[in-house]
Amino acid sequence: MSGSDQEDVHRTVERVARESYGRLVAYLSSHTRDVAGAEDALSEALIAALKTWPRGGLPRNPEAWLLTTARRSLIDFMRHQRVVLASEPTLLLLKENSTEATLATQFPDERLKLLFVCAHPAIDLAMHTPLMLQTVLGLDAARIAGAFLIPPKTMGQRLVRAKTKIRDGGIRFEVPQDRELPERLGAVLEAIYAAFGIGWDDVAGTDQRGRDLAEEAIWLARVLLQLMPDEAEVHGLLALMLHCEARRAARRGPKGQYVPLSQQDPNQWSLPLMEEAERHLDEAARHGRSGRFQLEAAIQSVHAERARSGRIEWAAIVRFYEQLVRISPTLGTYTGHAAAVAEASGPNAGLAVLDAIESGLANGYQPYWAVRAHLLQRLGKRPEAMDAYDRAVGLAEDRAVREFLLQKRG
Amino acid sequence: MQFALLIYESPEAFATRKKDENDLYTGAWRAYYKALVEAGVYVGGDPLEVPETATTLRVSEGKRRVQDGPYADTKEQLGGFVVLELPSLDVALDWAARCPTASSGAVEVRPLAPETKRRVSE
Repeated sequence: MSGSDQEDVHRTVERVARESYGRLVAYLSSHTRDVAGAEDALSEALIAALKTWPRGGLPRNPEAWLLTTARRSLIDFMRHQRVVLASEPTLLLLKENSTEATLATQFPDERLKLLFVCAHPAIDLAMHTPLMLQTVLGLDAARIAGAFLIPPKTMGQRLVRAKTKIRDGGIRFEVPQDRELPERLGAVLEAIYAAFGIGWDDVAGTDQRGRDLAEEAIWLARVLLQLMPDEAEVHGLLALMLHCEARRAARRGPKGQYVPLSQQDPNQWSLPLMEEAERHLDEAARHGRSGRFQLEAAIQSVHAERARSGRIEWAAIVRFYEQLVRISPTLGTYTGHAAAVAEASGPNAGLAVLDAIESGLANGYQPYWAVRAHLLQRLGKRPEAMDAYDRAVGLAEDRAVREFLLQKRG
Repeated sequence: MQFALLIYESPEAFATRKKDENDLYTGAWRAYYKALVEAGVYVGGDPLEVPETATTLRVSEGKRRVQDGPYADTKEQLGGFVVLELPSLDVALDWAARCPTASSGAVEVRPLAPETKRRVSE
């Protein structure tokens, strides 16, 4: 087999792994509740694919091939573990399903259940997003660890612990019923948004940590939307992320310098992404149920409007923030609200909003200090402004943001 | 518990020490130091002179060997350290990420070893 054929096989395995990983893990673990076992079995199947496919040619249905192979090693493993008694029904189930006839057709997509399992209230909140990234997208612990600023070994151990809890803790693979649904769906949406990274839409500060996971988060939201097309907030979340993603190219100047949203060149924004975001926002509105992500997306939509009108409707942004503060009173929301109020009604009014935040709460929150510094500067209070800029600079992680703030500080 | 942030700087970062005080890197460090002190986590620390000023000594088989320059021959060199009082490694990594040197060199986070200190000092 020639080198280029080898590359073909590698690419196919990569593509199938990327597209089918979550589907396969979800399907395999929905029977056993053993996510780690399903992942191990699947990675063995992927290794086997890399060995066999170059010799025997690509199977007609690569996904089905992986499923059969993974299932076989899962059954072997369970036999080996002599957990026969307890798992007899599971073994039967796996075996019954593993006929080629079944595999030629579709197997059920259980990713929605897996997403709800990852964001289950019994699982440590901090692990919801890492679990999703690993089990649904197949990202490795080291990459997830980097994004969350956790040592890779520790992240690996926490993931193992969470999966053990899923297996042994009686967490069921199911989509929650009506009464439970809003809250449980909220946790899934929060976890996806956490992957996208906080601070995309903030005013003068940003947190880079989640940045390289933005595309993965959008992928997750698309998966979720495919499975729950009638949930307004799922559309809202996707709209929010697409609006922010549309501005990726405009967020940095030619020398890598930070460009705040209000100074970005709208010509650099991606029109197709903005249009897609607007379609989802319209779709969400049709369901007549407002929510946090729709409001945040609406704020971004007003900013996007500048591409057409050349101006920012700050009054509209303030109105959306007023609603947002009521349903999602976070430090980020208050800070965004203050910045919008300052644009609409002057820096004193903005400062008043900031001053209403309980003192001490914002000590370690960089965007708060960046906005505060900016407003004090506009009021000509130079020493106080410089002090606030120092706080913001000292808390910034991103070099471009740090330099932007230092230059404004003067 | 206490953590040391060991600051490994690039030659370019060392070079900024000769520039005036309005240099961005220096300004960022000034703000970072202030943030550490205001957060109440700063215990101590100091910058070190540039690596060219280092002299490394070894004694093996009774022979003293003295070498110009630092112990490790790497591009980034130890440029200083900060000791912080923090509840956990997670928080230490948060502070390390904010360190201006993290985006141009590297910051190594290490817990201090009070047990070992006790064994040699008592």
